Formats: sequence, C-alpha cells, structure tokens
Amino acid sequence: METKLPKLVRISIVGLGNVGSGVAEVIRRKQEEITRKYGIDLKIVGVADLPGAVVDENGLSEDAIRKFKSGETAEDMTTLDMIKDVEHEIVVETTPTNVENGEPGLTHILTALESDRHVVTSNKGPLALQYVKLMDLAASRGKELKFEASVGGAMPIISLVKDNLAGNGIISIKGILNGTCNYILTRMREEKLPYEHVLKEAQERGIAETDPSNDVAGRDTAVKLVILANSIFDRHVSYGDVEVAGITEITSEALKLADDAGYVIKLIGEVDGGGSGECLKVAPRLVPKDDPLNVGGTLNVATIKTDLAGDITVIGKGAGPIEAASAVLSDIIGIYR
Amino acid sequence: MKISMDIELTDIPGQLVLALKPVSDLGGNILSVLHQRDKKTPSGRIPVQLTLEIEEQGLNRLVERLKERDVNVVRIGKERLKESMMVLLIGHIVHTDLGETIDSIDSTGFAEVVELSLSMPGVDKKSSASVTLSAIGKEELKEALNILERTVNKKGIMIIPSI
Ligand SMILES: NC(=O)c1ccc[n+]([C@@H]2O[C@H](COP(=O)([O-])OP(=O)(O)OC[C@H]3O[C@@H](n4cnc5c(N)ncnc54)[C@H](OP(=O)(O)O)[C@@H]3O)[C@@H](O)[C@H]2O)c1
Repeated sequence: METKLPKLVRISIVGLGNVGSGVAEVIRRKQEEITRKYGIDLKIVGVADLPGAVVDENGLSEDAIRKFKSGETAEDMTTLDMIKDVEHEIVVETTPTNVENGEPGLTHILTALESDRHVVTSNKGPLALQYVKLMDLAASRGKELKFEASVGGAMPIISLVKDNLAGNGIISIKGILNGTCNYILTRMREEKLPYEHVLKEAQERGIAETDPSNDVAGRDTAVKLVILANSIFDRHVSYGDVEVAGITEITSEALKLADDAGYVIKLIGEVDGGGSGECLKVAPRLVPKDDPLNVGGTLNVATIKTDLAGDITVIGKGAGPIEAASAVLSDIIGIYR
Repeated sequence: MKISMDIELTDIPGQLVLALKPVSDLGGNILSVLHQRDKKTPSGRIPVQLTLEIEEQGLNRLVERLKERDVNVVRIGKERLKESMMVLLIGHIVHTDLGETIDSIDSTGFAEVVELSLSMPGVDKKSSASVTLSAIGKEELKEALNILERTVNKKGIMIIPSI
C-alpha cells in the first residue's frame, strides 16, 4: 500500500500572549486530525515574545514553550532573526495591535513576507494602516497574508465573503464588531444600570480592559471596519476616514425609551462599496428587537448584504484566545487547500 | 410642498386638461391624478383627486385660476405623512431650545415631529428623548433626518438613528 507523506508545514508564533498561546494549544490539540484530514503536518519551530525567540527545528514541545513563557529558558535569538533565518513556511503574528504606527507587527509582517513566508495574523494595526502595501508585497512574493482573526474573532467573515459568497456583489456590511461594547449595552439594558457602573463590572469580569477607551470610543470597531473596507470593498481607506462615535454617552433612560418602542441600542459599524452615498461609520444605532443584529452579551454579528444571496448574517464569539486561534488555524489550513 | 387636492369638474369633455394646465403654468408638478368618470357628485360634477408639488406662494393663485375655469376646489390638504421613523436624542435637549429643534422639522412642510417622549433624570444631567418623525415620502423622511441631525449636532446633542 502506498501512503502519501503529509506535507511538513513549519510555523513560528510571534507574540505568545493570549492568542499566540491559544494557537500553540489548538495546533497541539488538533495536530493528528489536521494531518489526517488535510494532509499537512503542522510543526511549531519557533516562538517569540518581547525579549526574543526560542527555536527548535524539530518542533518545540509544550514544555519548552511553557518554560520559555515563564522565563525559565533564555531566548536563542532575536525575533527578526528567527523570522528571517529559521527555515519555516508560516509566521503567525499575534503581537498587540498598535494603530499609531502598526509596530511591532508591521515590521514582523514585512520581514516575514520579504523572507518568502506566508503570514497569518490577528493583529489589526498593520492591516488598518498599510493594507495595500502589505497585500502588494505578499502578491509580489507569491505568498499569502491572511487575517480572519483580526475582524470578529471566531466569527467567519473575510473567508465567508471571499470563498463561500464568491460571485456575489457585496453591497454593504453592518454589524457589531466589538464584544466589550455589546456586553456593556446589553447589561445596561437588562439591569437598568448606568454606563459607569456596568463598565466597572465588565472590567472586574475581565471583559473590558483597564483602559477601555479603544473599545468604548468605537476605535476598535473603526479599525476592523477599515480592514473590511480594504479587503472586501477595495476601498483604500485608513483609520482617519472613518466617522466614529462611541457608547460613553448612552444613558439607561435612552435604552429604556428604545425598549418601550421595540428597539435596542447597539454600537454598529457600517461599510459599503463607496461611490455615491458611501458609508464608513461607527455609531450607536437603534436596532429593532427582531432584527438578526440584535444579539446580546459579548457576541459579534454581521449582516452582509449581497446582490445574489440577499442578506446573510453571521454570529460568533469575537474574542477569547481559543476562539481567535480557531480563525488563525482555519487561515493556516486555508493556505494548503 | 406636496399638496393633495380634491376638485370637481363639469361633465364636459376636455375639462381635466383645462384644470391641470394652471398647475404647470405656475411652475408646479402633477404627481398623480385620480379621475373617476363613473362617479358623480349630487350636482352632476366629476370628482378628481390630485397630488401635486407646488411652491407655497403659488397655491392661492392656483385656486383662483381653477375657480376662473369653473373648477370647484372642495379640499386642499398637505399630503398625508406616510413614512415614519424613530430616533433617540441624548444631551441637554430642553436647555437648548427643544421648541426650535422640533420647529426645524415642522417648518419643512413635508415632515413633522409626531411623537416625543422625554426622560429627564435630573436638572443638570443629560436627558434622553425618543422622537418620531413622519414625512410624506421616503426621500422626505431622509431629508428630515438630515435636518434634525444638523440641528442637534450644533447643540451638542447626540442622535441615534435606526439601522
Ligand atoms: N484576545 C483576543 O481575543 C483577540 C481577538 C482577535 C484579535 N486579537 C488581536 O490579537 C493580537 C494579540 O492579542 P492578545 O490578546 O493575545 O494580546 P496579548 O495577550 O497582549 O499578547 C501579545 C503578545 O505579544 C508579545 N509581544 C509584544 N511585543 C513584542 C515584540 N516586539 N516581539 C515579539 N513579541 C511581542 C507580548 O509579549 P510580552 O508578554 O513579553 O510583552 C505578548 O505575549 C492583538 O493584536 C489583538 O488585537 C485579539
């Protein structure tokens, strides 16, 4: 009997935080299944954090990654040296999002592509600032740059549109792209509590960050909208082009008035194909209670308006290490399908 | 502005054309004509329902000219407000002249604030309001929303439209 050897796919993870560690974990958990189903053998040959990288061309064990993370083993080399010099196929970039200048992710991604490696990222900064440059570089190198995890976490949207809805004209996308804001507005409505109170509760529960301003001011939603505008609508826009309002002014009285009239208030990001009546904005909006966009808790949701399929709505978990890692993993597998 | 008008014509051929001519003469626009030839009024006239667009100043002259042509004008009405939407306002709604805010819509002639609920938690706290706008058509409703947005933006009031 002839057995075909699985294709070896060597991976480095740059940024071993929540998402990066989640990626290492799901690769470990799913390894055999992935080999069986997709004929690829995923091997993590390097991981990097702020101080630098550890590498092992035979694959890093769970224990080796843990020891590096806890500081028990020192780094072998700098992160950029690992990206450039260690032989591997895919760089997973999961360092913190920075919308000022995109760093350190931008340099990581540029270096990876210039070193002829595919890149899969959850990092919004580089995409929101330099989308065209990055995609052009990837194309000129014949490499893939995939970023499903950057918008909506586990909720499929980029590949849903590009693959499953191929052939459709996409008219607009609108939805809830920030779980923290959704949580706050949902709790304010349910408990009739003021904004500050619910924000504090969200921070205590680890749902809102200590500095929540990127989420509650609508900036995080705006960044994701820019990624959708560029990747799905070819709009060549950047963060500054988005009209942004957040949820900090929303009162529990307003939620009550909305409720009485059959509505909820949600922070909605909306983008369309541009041209006349073009739309690229983040704002609190009234959503009819029976609309599919009315999802509660920390969920994300998006309604994609298409010319053939009509409206398609997807709902999913927008954050969480394993959820985001799920999107990274499907991007990785997608490269070899 | 958009006007609906019920008129009655004498039962002689050519009367309808005669009745419609002054509208265009005065720069107006006929949007719809409902002509029911088989219906007659007790005095033997033929009722016609018109919807037309005309400048407010032109309306009186139109009515005069119709009378000159022996056309009875039995009713003039602003077109019914068919389209509605709700928006929320948050901010210092009352302190910033609520009357003027409502007026900015009511003075358009094609839209009105038909309902307003106000919730004021405290004197110096921001209040919240739900406002229902109605207009004679979809386009007019959009325009009314634009006007309201501009008016309240100037006053530092946040507006939350529906999706
Ligand atoms: N968390 C989610 O659910 C989620 C969902 C979708 C997308 N994202 C995006 O995914 C990215 C990662 O999120 P996260 O929650 O995992 O953040 P995180 O826990 O803060 O992890 C970031 C990691 O990057 C490392 N890092 C920072 N600077 C570095 C550098 N110059 N070189 C190498 N590594 C560096 C940090 O290392 P040190 O610990 O040494 O500082 C840390 O381990 C962000 O861009 C985020 O916006 C997150």
